[in-house]
Amino acid sequence: MTILDTKSPTDAPADPTRRLFLTISAAAGGGLLIGAGLTAQAATGAAASELSAYIRIAPDGIITLQSKNPEIGQGIKTTLPLIIAEELDADWSKVRIEQAATDATKFGAQFSGGSRSVDMNYDQMRKVGAAGRQLLIRAAAAQWGVEPSMCSTKPGFVVHAASGRTLSYGVLASAASALPAPDLATVPLKSPKDFRLIGKPHGGIDSAKIVRGEPIFGIDTVLPGMSYAVFEKCPVYGGRVVSANLDEMRALKGVRKAFIVKGGTALEGLLDGVAIVADSWWRANKAREALKVVWDEGATASQSSKGFAEQAKALASQPGTKTMRKDGDVDAALAKAAKVVEAAYSYPFIAHAPLEPQNCTAELKDGKVILHAPTQTPQAGRKLVARTLGVNEADVIVNVTRCGGGFGRRLNNDYMAEAAAIAREAGGPVKLVWTREDDLRHDFYRAGGFHNLKAGLSAEGKLVAWRNHFVGFGSGDNFAPSAGMSGSEFPARLVENCLIEASLMPLGVPTGALRAPQSNALSFVFQSFIDELAHAAGKDPLAFRLEILGEPRQVGTPATGEFDTGRAIGVLKLVAEMSNFGRAKLPARTGQGIAFYYSHKGYFAEVVQAAVSADGEVTVQKVWVAGDVGSQIVNPSMAENQVQGAVLDGLAEALGQEITFVGGKAEQSNFGEYPLLRMPQSCPVEVRFLITDHPPTGLGEPALPPAPPALCNAIFAATGKRIRSLPIGRL
Amino acid sequence: MSFQLTINGQKRTADVDPDTPLLWVLRDELDLKGPKFGCGAGYCGACTVHLDGQPVRSCRLPVSTIGAGKITTIEGIGATALGRAVQAAWLELDVMQCGYCQGGQILAATALLAATPKPTDADIDAAMAGNICRCATYNRIRAAIHHVAATRKA
Repeated sequence: MTILDTKSPTDAPADPTRRLFLTISAAAGGGLLIGAGLTAQAATGAAASELSAYIRIAPDGIITLQSKNPEIGQGIKTTLPLIIAEELDADWSKVRIEQAATDATKFGAQFSGGSRSVDMNYDQMRKVGAAGRQLLIRAAAAQWGVEPSMCSTKPGFVVHAASGRTLSYGVLASAASALPAPDLATVPLKSPKDFRLIGKPHGGIDSAKIVRGEPIFGIDTVLPGMSYAVFEKCPVYGGRVVSANLDEMRALKGVRKAFIVKGGTALEGLLDGVAIVADSWWRANKAREALKVVWDEGATASQSSKGFAEQAKALASQPGTKTMRKDGDVDAALAKAAKVVEAAYSYPFIAHAPLEPQNCTAELKDGKVILHAPTQTPQAGRKLVARTLGVNEADVIVNVTRCGGGFGRRLNNDYMAEAAAIAREAGGPVKLVWTREDDLRHDFYRAGGFHNLKAGLSAEGKLVAWRNHFVGFGSGDNFAPSAGMSGSEFPARLVENCLIEASLMPLGVPTGALRAPQSNALSFVFQSFIDELAHAAGKDPLAFRLEILGEPRQVGTPATGEFDTGRAIGVLKLVAEMSNFGRAKLPARTGQGIAFYYSHKGYFAEVVQAAVSADGEVTVQKVWVAGDVGSQIVNPSMAENQVQGAVLDGLAEALGQEITFVGGKAEQSNFGEYPLLRMPQSCPVEVRFLITDHPPTGLGEPALPPAPPALCNAIFAATGKRIRSLPIGRL
Repeated sequence: MSFQLTINGQKRTADVDPDTPLLWVLRDELDLKGPKFGCGAGYCGACTVHLDGQPVRSCRLPVSTIGAGKITTIEGIGATALGRAVQAAWLELDVMQCGYCQGGQILAATALLAATPKPTDADIDAAMAGNICRCATYNRIRAAIHHVAATRKA
């Protein structure tokens, strides 16, 4: 199991002891405002909360819902308000949605990461909506002089069935706002069988604007009198500016300012660089072609991908320095095993490459720093900017725009700090836009890694020993950000003798969470090696996995990482049935591969069917996906879309993506060298959800991890060639 | 230098350097933000516009080369029945995730359907290969194109 790094600024731990409360006040101009906060904060006078919702009902019946978390394409701007609207019994056609302000006191934690939005907010959004409905019922009952229990609702109206009377939410809103708040702990919720909105497909709230090309992304921001900026950083991470030909820059057409920005040493904050500010972005970027900077490249200049591989090889022959798990006696079990299988696996650094390049528009005005930014973590961005500029957090205003993709890249807000620093020096509003080259050279990459595996099988072909010496990156005992692994990844805890240890290499390259962090790489290693073991044991790859999973049961605790073998079995069996796995008659050099993974609270199993041409070209023909994310799929249309995208994303990573370093610099800089998936490489992805009696959880990530190993296992089935190093490329 | 352009059926004037790519003229001079900057090198297709009905990469097209060519951006694609049908199919099939590439996808799809009213999967692969969707909504883009082909009036 893998979750977002707990060190991540986005991963605010939930405190189950805090209770939701509800505050109600009359909205300006009449109407009802409902906000949910937490008692812990309320006691201090501030309405800070981990979870919050905000409802405004206008007299004309238009309901405006605040959507608190950033929209990065996962559909959350639609999904969270949809949950409120369900319990409120709102008429969805009369619901308007606004992106909430970045305001921890009002909205609690606001972030999009770790597939946490539904997981953390489902119950709370329901209660907020239900509480609103109760208020409207009470207001109507009072007006009619009847018991609230005799009233019900239909979309947008309270109904008194006995007399046939109805009152609209718009008419009731003002009276409802004067009533005391219902207790959220006891507010009645709908039975899921009565859902009208949840569980039905709904298009995205901004989709009509998108097909008309309306300016809703961060990069579309325009402020009056705005200048445009580019920012050149040292291609070696953390390098310092010694000097630059600034006078030459200032003489170029359209250039308003050119200056050196001095940054710090933290890779996730403001780094040294040269800013060019011009009257158009094109002129700013064109001026950059003539920019000459003398850099002090620093220590990272000695690091390279080749060097990492050599160090990893040397470390593999020594014992690990960090132990994540030690069960039983692996050495003894391996010595006794009927069969021992050994393999070394590796995967490269890869980049996020959201299609909208990093950008931020910043302005210092009336003592405030005002930012317009596509960010997954606006609250962390606000803190970073305040720290960077030495101003109070209260004086930093972050307006969250729609994000042209996230994938974890915009969990880091380096570009916000840059825009703020440049705007302060330049004076007046400034829009900073990175180039694609800036983006691929200055990512927080998915870290590469090296795994040295050894496993033992009994005479009956049972897995009896599992050893993994992971050679990764970090300092001392600490893994680099999102570059670690826990001691509870499958098949740990299901094999009697298990040793998981690590050796760490120093790293000067920035790393961070990329969609299904850690899991997106570990899945490849473990689900491929399991496949090797199945073949070594002479067993069907599905049957071998089911045998290890054993009886349906819960393994582990929330603290050590929970894993429900029954849910894994469920999705494996479903996907095997969907794909006719192991029974389909396939042409020569065509094969099916299976894999499953548990991450971000979701269980996914996938079968990939792939063909390999005589000259080694891999074509993915189809993917079948079975997922279990609990009792309710909130929006089936977006859910399917997320899963299809995640699967294809995983295939693209495995097929061709790799960032390599020479002299501490990334070698790839645009999509010619860093291939994203295109239409001809895409394939049908058939998705089914297994509905189980577990709380609903998120879908942005957990469908990705099984895709790379399922593909590699399909290639083995097609050709007998085992892929132990990514990317696959041409065989 | 002043350039006269015909964009979405309207005459527009831009005073820019001759080598300025059309993309930046559209976005920053004429405030048409529909065409998107994705790679600046013609790889991704987010900047797609129509030049005399053909999809082109506006990030690589100097404004000085356009002359009397008629430009259509995503803001103007709904002026034709086909453009409207493609937009409607995108909404009906709920194609988009982040949506950043979809303007370019719609322009590429509209040009394909204008030339090939009933495209095969191979036609779609060929015509859409230049437009990257980082969210990988390709299943639905393909379905939406087929949907327009199946439902549009001859």
